[in-house]
Amino acid sequence: MTVNQWYSVRSNRKVAEETYALRFSAPELAETIKPGQFLNVRVTKEHDPLLRRPYSISNIYGDECEIVYAVEGRGTNILSRMDETSEIGVIGPLGNPFGMEKDYGTAVIMAGGIGVAPFPILTTALKEMGKNTVTLVGARNGTRLFTDGLADPIVATDDGSAGYHGNVLDCFKAQVDLSSLDNPRIFACGPTPMLHAIQQYALETGIQCELSLETEMACGMGICQGCPIESKSAPRKYSLVCTDGPCFEADDIVFHQHTHA
Amino acid sequence: MNTAFHSKSLHLKNRVLVASGTFGYGNEVARFTDLSKIGGIVTKSVSWKPRIGNAPMRIAETPSGMLNSIGLANVGIEEFTAEKLPYLRNVDSQIIVNIAASTIDEYIQILERLEDEEGIAAYEINVSCPNVKEGGLNFGTRCEMTGEITRELRKRTDRFLIIKLTPNVTHIADFAKTCQDEGADSVSLINTLVGMAVNIKTRRPVLSTITGGFSGPAIKPVALAKVYEAAKAVKIPIIGIGGIMSWKDAIEFLLVGASAIQVGTANFLDPDAAAKIAEGMAAYCEEEGIEDIQELVGALKVHETQSAPGFVPVKA
Ligand SMILES: Cc1cc2nc3c(=O)[nH]c(=O)nc-3n(C[C@H](O)[C@H](O)[C@H](O)COP(=O)(O)OP(=O)(O)OC[C@H]3O[C@@H](n4cnc5c(N)ncnc54)[C@H](O)[C@@H]3O)c2cc1C
Ligand SMILES: Cc1cc2nc3c(=O)[nH]c(=O)nc-3n(C[C@H](O)[C@H](O)[C@H](O)COP(=O)(O)O)c2cc1C
Ligand code: FES
Repeated sequence: MTVNQWYSVRSNRKVAEETYALRFSAPELAETIKPGQFLNVRVTKEHDPLLRRPYSISNIYGDECEIVYAVEGRGTNILSRMDETSEIGVIGPLGNPFGMEKDYGTAVIMAGGIGVAPFPILTTALKEMGKNTVTLVGARNGTRLFTDGLADPIVATDDGSAGYHGNVLDCFKAQVDLSSLDNPRIFACGPTPMLHAIQQYALETGIQCELSLETEMACGMGICQGCPIESKSAPRKYSLVCTDGPCFEADDIVFHQHTHA
Repeated sequence: MNTAFHSKSLHLKNRVLVASGTFGYGNEVARFTDLSKIGGIVTKSVSWKPRIGNAPMRIAETPSGMLNSIGLANVGIEEFTAEKLPYLRNVDSQIIVNIAASTIDEYIQILERLEDEEGIAAYEINVSCPNVKEGGLNFGTRCEMTGEITRELRKRTDRFLIIKLTPNVTHIADFAKTCQDEGADSVSLINTLVGMAVNIKTRRPVLSTITGGFSGPAIKPVALAKVYEAAKAVKIPIIGIGGIMSWKDAIEFLLVGASAIQVGTANFLDPDAAAKIAEGMAAYCEEEGIEDIQELVGALKVHETQSAPGFVPVKA
């Protein structure tokens, strides 16, 4: 069921440096939302900050939905100060789920930074489907790592303070024997430069690959046209990340160096 | 208690419309709101050919507002009539088609194409478009060009004709008056203001087009003043637009002289905003014992010693 309403925050705990997991009780959402979909969240009833912020559904605990966020700017600063007396405005589920039903053997999850957010719920769903998974999680450093809900994560950090010293893709190349994986499919989420590199790797190796993208969004519902991404399947150059995505087949997306923020 | 709007051929069940470019083609948000509670749906500007729109970034948030540089991305007239209009015709609300063009001939061409289509209650003409024949100068910033578009379109349609004015001019009253003189049935205002955002880390403009259209609650005071100014100059009904988030904002616009209002950016926060605003306005009228909401239009109380600085009376 689609919701557009305010929910009381049930819990909001710090799970890593500058990283929080926030839960609210929404049975109607918990029942229907699928891995890869997102919620568009209002962090105040006032008009500043004005716009909603999109967050991936991270996990479901019974009736409760969880989002995981990194403290970046105004919206997430407000979120990080919330407790059981606070409310968030939620619209969702929005966007399309990951292509879990596609034809593949092993699911390879690649998460960079807060891009880890959508993967706990995906891990649960893949487990239910009986899929094998290989999971790689990258972070700036060990204190920012969040791996709850993931299956046997292989860890990489930019500064080498935990796990492999380097990025997620290099870690995968160094530590996973590609030929041992049965018809793999990559599910990736993280900063755009990382997704760009993973896309190039997937195209070179011919591995199936799906990217969960981020762009600015004003509405999240397909009414503002504010979230274009250049894509090969789009009849007019751009697809909308909110309604055509946020999950896209890697070979469909055209990245440009200058659009990397 | 009556909240309906009637003027010539346009009949709206209430005074609330959704603004062009902020509600898609209606179908996108039908699961979030009851479209039949909205007086009118103004569709995304349609051009003759499809437009892909501007490169990202198209959106920037600003204090209590936002900037957009969508670039009039739209499906074009053929797909609009074939795929969007049939859905809209079945919606229990009035459909107002917003037209954008880069030459006067293109405005005419689009309007003539739409004349054959049923289920259109009115046209709203977006004159905040670059005129390719004038080196990209915005049509709506020149009174003569705004007047010429109005005149040419008026000749070609009996449908209700609304000209949507840009606030990026010195005396908007002159533009409203010109539209009235050339036969427009109504003017709507304001379109977005020109705005800009800068990223000091990268020293780059946030938007790909450097400047963009400024909208949201932050622009409401500007919009109110422009509507007030235009209302002093014309008799045709004015549709007020700009930063309307609640029924209270809507009532303010009626008081300064708007006969109806459009809800824009608020739809992004709550796709049910327009329906809620219509309900709120009706409840307010009930409470205040107002029998016809028309009583509020232009009912601002101004003492005879008060005058707005810089308002130049429009020549009759
Ligand atoms: C589909 C989708 C899913 C997302 N899922 C998550 C998630 O699970 N966890 C999480 O922490 N973040 C996620 N994000 C990013 C998130 O929406 C916010 O952008 C981020 O939390 C920063 O918000 P802020 O208010 O703190 O920053 P501010 O700097 O105040 O943001 C200002 C504006 O910029 C936008 N913005 C800033 N950074 C980004 C970015 N990287 N991508 C897109 N827009 C941005 C904001 O939405 C806002 O409109 C997701 C984004 C998208 C599009
Ligand atoms: C994302 C976006 C897209 C818009 N697209 C159009 C458009 O296609 N045609 C048009 O006439 N106005 C367009 N507008 C202007 C709005 O219709 C409205 O005039 C303006 O946003 C001010 O109202 P608001 O503050 O309530 O949003 C757009 C506004 C926004 C924010
Ligand atoms: S965010 Fe508005 S169309 Fe995608």
